[in-house]
Amino acid sequence: MPEPAARKQRPKYLNLMAIRLPVAGYASILHRLSGAGMFLMLPFLVWLLQMSLSSPEGFQSLGAVAAHPLVKLILLGLLWAYLHHFCMGIRVLLIDVHVGVEKSAANASAKAVLVVSVALAVILGGALLW
Amino acid sequence: MVKRVVVGAHYGLKDWLVQRVTALLMALYTLFMMVAAPLAAAGGYEGWRGLMSHGVVQFATFLFIVSLAYHAWIGVRDIWMDYVKPVGVRLALHVATLVVLVGCAGWAVQILWRL
Ligand code: HEM
Repeated sequence: MPEPAARKQRPKYLNLMAIRLPVAGYASILHRLSGAGMFLMLPFLVWLLQMSLSSPEGFQSLGAVAAHPLVKLILLGLLWAYLHHFCMGIRVLLIDVHVGVEKSAANASAKAVLVVSVALAVILGGALLW
Repeated sequence: MVKRVVVGAHYGLKDWLVQRVTALLMALYTLFMMVAAPLAAAGGYEGWRGLMSHGVVQFATFLFIVSLAYHAWIGVRDIWMDYVKPVGVRLALHVATLVVLVGCAGWAVQILWRL
């Protein structure tokens, strides 16, 4: 019986620094990272939601919470994570229905996702947090 | 008989489809909220609370919460399946993920329905 493809010899070692990924590869990894990051921060986000809806004082104190530099950094990170995950998610859905599958289009859209989500995070973050 | 070799995460058409449907629902809700939330919050606490206690918005927000929990369950479970081999550790992480997601979803729904 031939060996099933999945049991073929695996690489004995992978030199991560020597691997050159196409842009879509990086965008993909960041999609996974952003999803995982948002998952880890979920309790914090629900806590913020609770505070914003608890009372006028609670709503006001959101500003005080966000004034802390560490919180600002986390919120900015989450904003970027959501934007990147959102844009990349739309890209995945479009490719699923065969829009933009060709190599050049897929490369261009991956680049666009990376750039647009960083740009939007800076603009929205600047407007909301500073 | 065909011997199936399961090589990792990402099998199962149902989960694949659920992840896409929930993604679409969340995307639509996000687009709506990107416009509605700043407008409502401009009216301070009253405006924000007014938006979130509106019947249609509560319906949509509930759908969003359930979608997020289901979507993140599939996504995070896939990540554990890709990187964590020992069955015991993996099982523990799956359970912890479920606990966090069900807990957060319940908490968020309760915030919503108390309004
Ligand atoms: C508008 C909102 C969202 C959209 C459009 C979206 C879209 C998607 C799509 C299409 C996938 C499948 C990717 C693939 O199969 O290659 C995915 C995976 C995933 N999503 Fe989302 N998502 C959204 C929100 C979220 C949120 C809020 C979380 C976490 C709290 C999350 C966590 C994940 C995780 C962990 C994965 C698995 C990533 C992987 O396997 O590499 N997503 N998302």
